[in-house]
Amino acid sequence: MSTARRRLGPASLTTATWVIAILFVFPLIWMVLTAFKQEADAYTDPPRIAFTPTLDQFASIVGRGFLPYLGNSAFVTILSTLIVLLLGVPAAYALSLAPVPKTSNVLGFFLSTKMLPVVAAIIPLYVISQRTQLLDNVWALVILYTAMNLPLAIWMMRSFFLEVPTEMIEAGRVDGANLPTLLYRVILPVVAPGIAATALICVIFSWTEFFYAVNLTAARAGTVPVFLVGFITSEGLYWAQLSAAALLASLPVMIVGWIAQNHLVRGLSMGAVK
Amino acid sequence: MTAVAPTVESGQKVVAKPERRKGTGVWARRAPLLPALLFTVVVTQIPFILTVVYSFQSWNLVRPGSQHFVGLRNYVDVFADSQFRGAMLNTVLLTVVCVVIALLLGLGLALLLDRKFLGRGVVRTLLITPFLILPAAGALLWKTTMFDPTYGLPNFVFGGETDWLSQFPLASVMAQIVWQWTPFMMLLILAGLQSQPKDVLEAAQVDGAGRWRTFASITLPHLSRYLQLSVLLGAIYIVNSFDAIFLMTQGGPGTASTNLPYYIYQRAFQGFDIGQSSAMGVIVVILTLIVATFALRLMFRAFDVSKGVVK
Repeated sequence: MSTARRRLGPASLTTATWVIAILFVFPLIWMVLTAFKQEADAYTDPPRIAFTPTLDQFASIVGRGFLPYLGNSAFVTILSTLIVLLLGVPAAYALSLAPVPKTSNVLGFFLSTKMLPVVAAIIPLYVISQRTQLLDNVWALVILYTAMNLPLAIWMMRSFFLEVPTEMIEAGRVDGANLPTLLYRVILPVVAPGIAATALICVIFSWTEFFYAVNLTAARAGTVPVFLVGFITSEGLYWAQLSAAALLASLPVMIVGWIAQNHLVRGLSMGAVK
Repeated sequence: MTAVAPTVESGQKVVAKPERRKGTGVWARRAPLLPALLFTVVVTQIPFILTVVYSFQSWNLVRPGSQHFVGLRNYVDVFADSQFRGAMLNTVLLTVVCVVIALLLGLGLALLLDRKFLGRGVVRTLLITPFLILPAAGALLWKTTMFDPTYGLPNFVFGGETDWLSQFPLASVMAQIVWQWTPFMMLLILAGLQSQPKDVLEAAQVDGAGRWRTFASITLPHLSRYLQLSVLLGAIYIVNSFDAIFLMTQGGPGTASTNLPYYIYQRAFQGFDIGQSSAMGVIVVILTLIVATFALRLMFRAFDVSKGVVK
């Protein structure tokens, strides 16, 4: 550490950082507290800090039929992520280690699909889903989430593939390895952590997706965000229940995000930044 | 073809029997790419083509058989619609304000995190969590615990009975969006800060440059690519904001917080007017393409794609 930084009154700056961070996440801290309250303790004026924690709200959420939504989210997220990897790993390979002609055009095309506003596609998607019996069907979301995450995954995995040392690949070839062997024995072990990070990012985006889910699904194929929509129309205030639902719904993604936090940047920037 | 030819180009080509005809080699290399490319073309492009087709039709879902060709009439109607213009203005305002504030806050937080201190990992984890919570959950959380006139925390702290969502609908939505996207900006900028060459920073100190001088002359220029990327990606996502508006204000009161995604959604799923909402969709796509062309060029320049990753 340089002397200037040490001189900088580390203690006060550290305290300030902590205070700012806690203020910033306070709505979340409050949500977690509220999730363990009785409804009567949840909205009081002034807000109540001391209360007897309870798991009642989590039980009510399950009683309101939360689990099928959770199941749909898990199904759609896992399946679309697997398909993304199945299609994306070879594509990322073709765009990095064995570059196809016009690689940057292809990359530009993938990137451009992320820039098109989803709202402009929702009407035909609704009509198509209606006519093909895919309305309120989890498979519609599987297909759409795959398309949503594939460009991102290809960009991100490409940046990991480019880090494979060329000498390793050359050495493999000299030893007479054919392409599948080369991929499986030499390249995959090196890029496996990158592929895992990509998968986690896809999980986050699929799990939190709202627009397609709310417009194309309802009770049968609804995902977790769709379950939460029920709270804006529910009569009266159910803050504690809402907080419990919000916590349960977000927890899987929060955990995945914490695990992947060192790779979040690369995923969010489509691999442009390490 | 000589033996050297296939390998010289950055030593990355597959040496699949160079004597073979060129065509088959190229297709063999394209093969791994094709499934992903075809899938993306089909799933993302067909809906947009259909949007264009629908935009030339008069078609209301609640009136069966109403579908017929009307040429440009939908476009004329859309441009005459003052609500559409209002929504467009709100979209621009929302995007610009949220991106700028989130960027500045993100920069501030990133600078605070770019030093060694007790619990730095924990603080970083805390700070990225608003980005990880379900946006739908975040929107409902702010609607209830923050903006409720009676029980909301800001009113408790600052006093008063402000009904944030009806008095300041757009600003309230912006607050939630900024809260959610600041961690994203922070993460990108932090990556930029940590990729700064340490020797340059130390040289600056040896030369007697102050902290502000070092920041302005060395750190900021180094960060510019990261800042550009943050603005670009943040804008792409925030332009499409829907969750917060749908869940917090329903575009209201009136149309005070209606943005384009929400307005198109309303026309399509509450008005069932497929023709007009498609025309709006096309207009949004054209506007986005203009901005995106510019943005893409920026991205390809900032992150030299032909060379791959920049560190």
